[in-house]
Amino acid sequence: MRTIAASDVTAAVRELCISVNHRMGEDMLAALRRALEIEESEIGRHVLERLLENARVAREQWYPICQDTGQAVIFVDLGQDVHVAGGDLEAAIDEGVRRGYRDGYLRPSVVEQPIDRVNTGDNTPAIVYTRVVPGDRIALGLLAKGAGCDNMSRLAMLTPSDGREGALRFVVRAISEAGPNPSPPLLVGVGMGGTFEQAALLSKRALLRTVGEPSPDPRLAAFEAELLGRINDLGIGPGGFGGRVTALAVHVESRATHIASLPVAVNLDCHSHRAGRAVL
Amino acid sequence: MTDGRPIELTTPFGAAQADALRAGDAVLLSGIIYTARDAAHARLAGLIAAHRSLPVDLRDQIVYYCGPTPARPGRPIGSAGPTTASRMDAYTPLLLETTGMRGMIGKGKRSAEVRAAMRQCHAVYFGAVEGTAALLGARVTQATVVAFSDLGPEAIHRLVVERFPLIVVNDTRGGDAYDDGRARYRRGDPDA
Repeated sequence: MRTIAASDVTAAVRELCISVNHRMGEDMLAALRRALEIEESEIGRHVLERLLENARVAREQWYPICQDTGQAVIFVDLGQDVHVAGGDLEAAIDEGVRRGYRDGYLRPSVVEQPIDRVNTGDNTPAIVYTRVVPGDRIALGLLAKGAGCDNMSRLAMLTPSDGREGALRFVVRAISEAGPNPSPPLLVGVGMGGTFEQAALLSKRALLRTVGEPSPDPRLAAFEAELLGRINDLGIGPGGFGGRVTALAVHVESRATHIASLPVAVNLDCHSHRAGRAVL
Repeated sequence: MTDGRPIELTTPFGAAQADALRAGDAVLLSGIIYTARDAAHARLAGLIAAHRSLPVDLRDQIVYYCGPTPARPGRPIGSAGPTTASRMDAYTPLLLETTGMRGMIGKGKRSAEVRAAMRQCHAVYFGAVEGTAALLGARVTQATVVAFSDLGPEAIHRLVVERFPLIVVNDTRGGDAYDDGRARYRRGDPDA
């Protein structure tokens, strides 16, 4: 049994909140540079250049990459040989979010409940998904998830006869209908299989994968490549002003499902994709 | 953007200047603009419904759908990109008809009702790129909360901006830069 102090979890979460909102990941920067190489639209190229310039200014001058600094979505892989000492794990995570958003001059973007809508003022509570895994470490994955793209996400309870083509069409249609709203070029997370809620969670978790890294399953990797091609045929383009690059990458995660079901969830992340990881 | 120099425009401006803009035009906007997003729109609509006066005079002014990040010390504001405009669609025709505002800045598509009200009221909808929020924030020289301060980032801020880079998305004749751009680059069956 290894002991990890709750305060170390708080410190790691604080640091992640600040860093992901100011320092765009190398994977995302590389994806934007690749997009610039293939984009034919003049305005599309202009938007991509400005996105890269924005990332530089954010990093060098401490401006958040986007004013929507997101709701903090945190995936915790908790080693079963870890003892968290000196506090409650979820409270420690919320404290990290509270400090990170305050100390990083990040926007408090969370309301207490969806009808009365009073801002909590400190961007808590975080959204935390914990799974218990072998080992004696805690791995944290953080998405600073903007709402403009999350709002355009979709889930369908397809059935077996819809098949591969039905799943493809559903994903492409979701992005077609979203048009310019989710701030393309996008990172597209797809969750297939499982149950209603597992598909949605898979689609979110897919966004944490290194941008553009294909699925290790060759069938899913082919599915991802086909989806990316069809999405980029939509012509929506960078910023939605028309162009060849509507999505930078498609990440598909898949799980076993019921004999009657084919759930498909599409979770979108915008051109300001902010993700980070830490291991304690 | 595609044909030469952007159009320099200063707020406030009237119907004739709005009518001269075309979907797809690149604009550099200077002067005062007012932020308002979801919660501020709900309050403004409530005041209008109750026949009360509004906390800001929006005649010929531009409303920016934006909730900025807090300012670091020594700066007027943090990052300040646009949010999705369609969430304000439910309120926009009412605001256009009652306040005389000249336009909006946001991102994403507007409803048919909003576009019809824009044509009728000679108002224009500008698009900005959300992922350039840091660059946009750096072009804000002054920021003051002028209404609904309890709403935090959703309060109405009066911003003074210098050469804010925008694209005319919807002009006063029904043009739509998103539709035009997409049609130019679409391949195959649009329904996929």
